[in-house]
Amino acid sequence: MDSAPTLTQRIATRLRSWEGLLLLILLVVVVLNTVFAPNYLFGDLGNQNQVNLWWIGIEKAIVVLAMAFVIINGEIDLSVASVMGLSAVVVAILWEQGVAIEIGILVALLVGLAIGLFNGFWVAIVGLPSLVVTLAGLIGIRGLAFMLIEGRSVGNGETAFPTWFEDMGQQPVSDLMGFLGSIPFIDRAPFALFLYFGLLLLAGVVLGRSGFGRRNYVIGSNKDVALYSGVGVVRHKMTIMVISSVIAALAGVLLASHLGAVRGSTAFGWELDIITIVLLGGVSIFGGSGTMLGVFLSTMLVLNIRNGLGLSNVPGHTQTGVVGLLLILSVLLPNMMESYRGWARRRSLARAARASRDGPLPRS
Amino acid sequence: MTDALLRRLRPSQVRELITVLLIIVIVVFFATQIDNYLSGRTFNRITTEFPIIAVVAVGQLLVVLTRNLDLSVGSQVAMVAWSTGWIATQMPEINPILLLAIAMGMGVIMGGINGFIVAYGRVPAMITTLATLAIYRSFLITIANAQSIETRGLPDWIVHFPGTTLFEYGKIDIRLIFVIALIVVAVVQLLLTFLPYARRLYAIGSNPDAARMVGLPKQRDVFLAYLGCGALAGLGGLMQMAKFGTITVDSARGLEMAVIAAVVVGGANIFGGSGSAIGVMLGAVLIAVLDLSLARWIGISDFARDFLLGALILLAVAGDVVINKRLQKVWLRARRRDEARAAPHGVTAGGGDG
Repeated sequence: MDSAPTLTQRIATRLRSWEGLLLLILLVVVVLNTVFAPNYLFGDLGNQNQVNLWWIGIEKAIVVLAMAFVIINGEIDLSVASVMGLSAVVVAILWEQGVAIEIGILVALLVGLAIGLFNGFWVAIVGLPSLVVTLAGLIGIRGLAFMLIEGRSVGNGETAFPTWFEDMGQQPVSDLMGFLGSIPFIDRAPFALFLYFGLLLLAGVVLGRSGFGRRNYVIGSNKDVALYSGVGVVRHKMTIMVISSVIAALAGVLLASHLGAVRGSTAFGWELDIITIVLLGGVSIFGGSGTMLGVFLSTMLVLNIRNGLGLSNVPGHTQTGVVGLLLILSVLLPNMMESYRGWARRRSLARAARASRDGPLPRS
Repeated sequence: MTDALLRRLRPSQVRELITVLLIIVIVVFFATQIDNYLSGRTFNRITTEFPIIAVVAVGQLLVVLTRNLDLSVGSQVAMVAWSTGWIATQMPEINPILLLAIAMGMGVIMGGINGFIVAYGRVPAMITTLATLAIYRSFLITIANAQSIETRGLPDWIVHFPGTTLFEYGKIDIRLIFVIALIVVAVVQLLLTFLPYARRLYAIGSNPDAARMVGLPKQRDVFLAYLGCGALAGLGGLMQMAKFGTITVDSARGLEMAVIAAVVVGGANIFGGSGSAIGVMLGAVLIAVLDLSLARWIGISDFARDFLLGALILLAVAGDVVINKRLQKVWLRARRRDEARAAPHGVTAGGGDG
């Protein structure tokens, strides 16, 4: 038996892994941003930019955490952005009708729960492909959101949200709790950022250290084997779909307070960004592999790329294009390297075979 | 009696029949709800509405059959629609056939990029086309430089395209756009039925590993499927430009979801191996009928259409599962009966109680 790997060995293995590569790219991006993007790290904005960078995508980042569980489990949830939209619309519509915003938030989360149970019923119990079920959700739930709010925008003027709700999404927490005001970065962070890091920690521990996390990988790598090994596949998949929708509903509430106004098209098309971040984080689209560290690094990478390009006046759609290119290259380059190694190995084998055939001692 | 009938049917045919029945039921229902529903006008609107989705969805089917997916078709359609519109504005004298060739050529290039990365780069289709969805769109926005294509710059034949009618039967027009869709569907359906290459698409989709083991050129076939998908997306892009006249860089955003919806409602298995061009067209027709009828129905909000479309997709897949189970049961019973009949006398027919 070998002794346990030393710390340096463990660090070395980590660095050669996917997460190591992401960290390297992230460092390159941070250096490039610092050098080329005005106000990225230094300048008039100070550390405000480092907070803004997170703030602008925080709702997506929160949904990414749940999506990582879903994709590692071998499923997909295309309906998250529509759930975010519906949950924001539910909060806004109830507020407009005179219901207290706290009740509205509760109802929005319950709606998320109901959608999760609905998706879970079709995916886990009936066994339909989640790609199609949640595609139906993507279209249908967005339709439901539009049915409720129609063409209007709620949260402005007469229907303005209560101050505390808007402050939650638009003001740093330190304004409310003075003692945080002395720590850089944290002094300007909004509530959602604290929530994100709390959830990230929780997600990391659950995925990497708990039985639930182990089952998530086992089911994701082979559902049938998991089933015959006595793992509760149905119940697990149900739980995963519910978590995904509830987290999306929560992110929708945060988005409503962040934007201060809600429309039917709120968060439209965000599912693609969210899935992109998860896949870039090294989570296999076929399920069974991926880590929360990788997902966190890729979230940071995407946010930093967008921020740096944005500060350099590169328009948003080009930023999306760059992230898309990175997504393809992240899978294509390792594949090509592997192919090259295989080809080189075959060639050297062929050469060796030729040498032995032409050698002085022919084989009998 | 129903067993004997069901036995002769393949699942895809049962699905097509059910889709047709569903269309009829919906039409009959709305005929009782909306005044003057069964008129030439309704027919004309539906037959101008569904062709673009149908053409792009038939292309998507080629890729879906191989257990892959192309999420970038919306961006491809927009790219081709804008570019052909720009060319037609710059050169109003351009030959329509040449413009068609350019449109399909652009589609083939974009589909080829997808296919190359998926088939030869071994990058999962979902990842590749999610990325090219963003890349093609961002490329379009960059080259378009905030300019839109407008109807007044376009040559007359394009401006009149949506109303171009080949025959008339009373109030019913058989429009060019409808005929194009029918031709595309008929050609692809014939190819899928008779061309050995196309049969291989089904084989690859039902079991990719087995297809590779028996020596099918899987990579090349998948690559060609993407080329076909791109070519039809290109045609769809040209139709989009000719139908709407005004094309912004945001054109056809989200079209990929409508297209995949048509494929699924039309009975194709999203995990490959089954599906037909006719089914996909029926799926597109069903969605268009529902969409246009609901828009005219007073009893319901305009925004409820998406909600019902979502429900329809779910119904379609859930229905597939039920139909397949039922057919399998019928086949199993029939085979047992055949075996019992073929067995020599004196041996009691086993399993006859099934």
